[in-house]
Amino acid sequence: MTPDDRRYSKEHEWAKLEGDEVVVGITDFAQSQLGDVVYVELPKVGDQVQQMKVMGVIESVKTASDLYSPVSGEVVAVNEAAVSEPQVINESPYDRGWLIRVRPDNPDELQQLISAAEYEALTSEGQ
Amino acid sequence: MAEVTGRQARPPGLADLRQTPEPLLSELSVADRPGLDLPRPDVPAAPLPPAALLRDSLPLPRLSEPEVVRHFTRLSQRNYAIDTVFYPLGSCTMKYNPKLNDELARLPGFAGLHPYQPEETVQGALALLAALEAALAELTGYGAVSLQPAAGAHGELTGLLIIRAHHRARGEAHRRRVLVPDSAHGTNPASAAMVGYETVTLRSDERGNVDLRALEAALGPDVAGLMITAPSTLGLFDEHMLAITEAVHAAGGLVYGDGANMNALLGVAKPAQLGIDVLHMNLHKTFSTPHGGGGPGAGALAVTAALEPYLPVPVVRRAGDRYALDYQRPQSIGPVRAFGGHFGVLVRAYAYIRRLGADGLRAVSEAAVLNANYLRVLLQEWYDVAYERPCMHEVVLSGRRQKARGVRTLDIAKRLIDYGFHPPTIYFPLVVDEALMIEPTETETKATLDAFVAAMAAIAREASDQPELLRAAPHATPVRRLDEATAARQPVLRWATPGRGHGETGA
Amino acid sequence: MPFIPLTPAERQQMLERIGVTSTDALFEVIPAGLRYPPLDLPAGESELETGRALRGLAARNRPATELACFLGGGVYHHFIPAAVGALASRGEFLTAYTPYQPEVSQGTLQAVFEFQSLVCDLFAMDVANASMYDGATALAEAVLMAQRITRRSRVVLSGGVHPDYRAVTATYLDEAERAEFVVGAVEVRDGALREADVAALVDERAACVVVQQPSFFGTLADWTALRAACDRTGALLVMVVNPLTLGLLKPPGAWGADIAVGEGQPLGVPMSFGGPYVGLMATRQQYVRQLPGRIAGIAHDVEGRRGFVLTLRPREQDIRREKATSNICTNEALVALQVTIYLSLMGPDGLRQAAESCYQLAHYAAAQIAALPGYTVLTPEPFFHEFVVRGPRPPEEINARLLEAGILGGLPLRRLVPALADCALYCCTEMNTRAEIDALVARLRAL
Repeated sequence: MTPDDRRYSKEHEWAKLEGDEVVVGITDFAQSQLGDVVYVELPKVGDQVQQMKVMGVIESVKTASDLYSPVSGEVVAVNEAAVSEPQVINESPYDRGWLIRVRPDNPDELQQLISAAEYEALTSEGQ
Repeated sequence: MAEVTGRQARPPGLADLRQTPEPLLSELSVADRPGLDLPRPDVPAAPLPPAALLRDSLPLPRLSEPEVVRHFTRLSQRNYAIDTVFYPLGSCTMKYNPKLNDELARLPGFAGLHPYQPEETVQGALALLAALEAALAELTGYGAVSLQPAAGAHGELTGLLIIRAHHRARGEAHRRRVLVPDSAHGTNPASAAMVGYETVTLRSDERGNVDLRALEAALGPDVAGLMITAPSTLGLFDEHMLAITEAVHAAGGLVYGDGANMNALLGVAKPAQLGIDVLHMNLHKTFSTPHGGGGPGAGALAVTAALEPYLPVPVVRRAGDRYALDYQRPQSIGPVRAFGGHFGVLVRAYAYIRRLGADGLRAVSEAAVLNANYLRVLLQEWYDVAYERPCMHEVVLSGRRQKARGVRTLDIAKRLIDYGFHPPTIYFPLVVDEALMIEPTETETKATLDAFVAAMAAIAREASDQPELLRAAPHATPVRRLDEATAARQPVLRWATPGRGHGETGA
Repeated sequence: MPFIPLTPAERQQMLERIGVTSTDALFEVIPAGLRYPPLDLPAGESELETGRALRGLAARNRPATELACFLGGGVYHHFIPAAVGALASRGEFLTAYTPYQPEVSQGTLQAVFEFQSLVCDLFAMDVANASMYDGATALAEAVLMAQRITRRSRVVLSGGVHPDYRAVTATYLDEAERAEFVVGAVEVRDGALREADVAALVDERAACVVVQQPSFFGTLADWTALRAACDRTGALLVMVVNPLTLGLLKPPGAWGADIAVGEGQPLGVPMSFGGPYVGLMATRQQYVRQLPGRIAGIAHDVEGRRGFVLTLRPREQDIRREKATSNICTNEALVALQVTIYLSLMGPDGLRQAAESCYQLAHYAAAQIAALPGYTVLTPEPFFHEFVVRGPRPPEEINARLLEAGILGGLPLRRLVPALADCALYCCTEMNTRAEIDALVARLRAL
């Protein structure tokens, strides 16, 4: 069920290469652990993000988690729909619930992330 | 309505309140409704300040006194409180709040004192503060006490500032890390962060103790100290307490004690003798002052004699039979509050200590621990007890067994409301899955404890046979399962004021 | 034992059920040599004896409420309608816990929501929290909040900010490493107190500038130019206010304050030798997630009914832990309730009347004292209800003579403002009568 057209981080984010940009979001596992997302704080267009460094925060009613960028680069787009109606992240974490688009400094960084199969193994052994 | 049983009498009619929502003051307000009248001063009228300094309008609600009294009386009827139900919130120590204490705090000779009055006019108040400090110091084994902090977390902040001052005075400002067990109350790491420390989380072992290997690995020349709760939030006294505090001291650090759970230790152990250097106590927990729906509390702070110079200023001094406030404290961290401590709360705590005395305070802890262990052995038939050890004044259960049937601790808690009990603490401490933390305190009868167990047993059976009953609980309250997600997504944090909108995002 | 209902028979049954012979077995985890330490404390007393002892202590005080009180300086003797205490001391409010289970705490939660709303109306600001400990710690947290928002560390403070508020803020901030304080000067020039214009001290390094209205010395100022300076430099405007004076005065929101704080004690809270009081704190909508403390909001239940819940919780210590906006947990809910009840009873007209009475009585007193030979009123117009007086003798001596006549004189400024050690801060409220003021003036004249 985990889309294999993209790479994953151990912090439960995904990164999908589309042309010369990388789309970033959180996984279905992450959204179900969080519960109803009520708020998300994202970087601004033009900000620099670094792989595995905190780029924002995602909040549910009872928890808050840091968001870690899976790639380094410049933020070129932010999903305003996710900011104004964060429930879309719960409803469609891999599609309409995307968070940011990044122009990566080095697309090879994606190889440091793990595959869909490896991510599934990771999350099922945690159960 | 679902059938509920139990010998415990329930507060009547909460469900009836569902039919009668209580409007907001702004909704009750009527134009030209007369409010309170005040006499006009009979002095020549001076011109008011220039208009540029004055406000144009004051959009406060207008109600008459009878309406105000009804409104707040009806609001009070929508609350659970110690005065009406059993309130076994873990680590909160919801014990009976003696009425004598309230009466004494209201005496004009206490309530009518301005904090800046000349010392000769407040000798009785200063004597009370000195006597309370001495009593708390004796109970805990410390050299000095400050009554200035306004709450437990405020005490933590004060204590950590003292620890920081101690290290800086010794040229050891590089000690920037504080160790905090994973079972700690959230205020511990939050307080450390406010003081500028980096927190390092220490895992607990399978018996609920601080893991000694983790502690040894984390200690070093950059560690300012350790924050420990005794007994811990798991209701357990650390089996290696002396080894822990010795290790921290050997590494040059200090030990901060979160004394929220002192109700287990009165007359049983003195934290100073366990190697704890700085301790806060929650007077609104252990010492019976009323919780008030969220304060006021008081977070008395006790320190070893060596740390006394760092205490917040002013300090109460006694010279013969005269008391004074000493502001000449060059090493003090400064004041943590203007105007001293929460005197109105301190009066209550002092009355409580006098009332109980040495023998009574020890009886408090013995009965608190007895009651918690009684619940532990009875409840373990239906619920997993988190740790296989006698507990102290509180017991932590896990809702694991019920989770396997699709019922969560949240649902158990909500269903307890239908049985007329306030739920225990849920989902804390974080190290226990589906945690349920129960602290009965010593002021409950055996009949209440038995009724609580009967209710928990009934709920465990319902979890097997009729889980939907739990998931839809509570049934008998004015509102049921409020949608907190929508409330957080589109926060409405004040009423609509004429001309100013609702305060919603974008409004 | 008082408040411990267990009978010996019940105790025995419970011990048997647990499987131990005595409670000693439950304390074996305490190291043997440290168990049951002797307590050098008196034995317990009866209710009668405890009552007698504490009444004896109370009788050794002379409360300001039973004297002619001219003492202010941040805590004030104001009228408290009887219904405030009667309602706030109901057991359902007094002995309730923090409203974590909203279904059984709608009384507390609705009262908190009403409190927040009233603070917003009084301050003319977007959002307020459920309370801080007091005005001083609210200011400290406002400054920390400004530092978080602007990511700057310099703090500019007007010389008119209450010195003890500044001291508490200094305790919270870390001047050694994480903050830099710039304080505006206060001096006596041409026979009057002059507070330096802080707008000149604000630049792009400032996280915020803090001003107080009325100032500690009683003065009122126009903050329009300061707001412009903040707009130019990106510093936040933080205002410290006395909420009772807002019955008349322009509120912080109208001045463009980014964060406003104040002490709620004047609004129906007994002076009680220093506490408990209640810190008021409000800010702009855009900064709500940086606001410390608890916040109540509207929510609807499964059947569509309106209710109230604690919300925006991830700001708080129990969720964000070391990344929380503050460590505050227990705050001042019951005192906030007293403020809410007070404002409900007073209404806008009552509050305005109270404020005006303070103003008029203080101006009468100041005029009378200024006319006395040997006395100078140093606070210039415009001022509100406090003013600084320099007399022919040290203020402590003057106050000792006044006390003999049952009068509590103004606050000697030696500790708080050493440069004004020969002065005292006088205050009048609606509790003072003309007769009291005339008696004060007569005594001062006779010295």
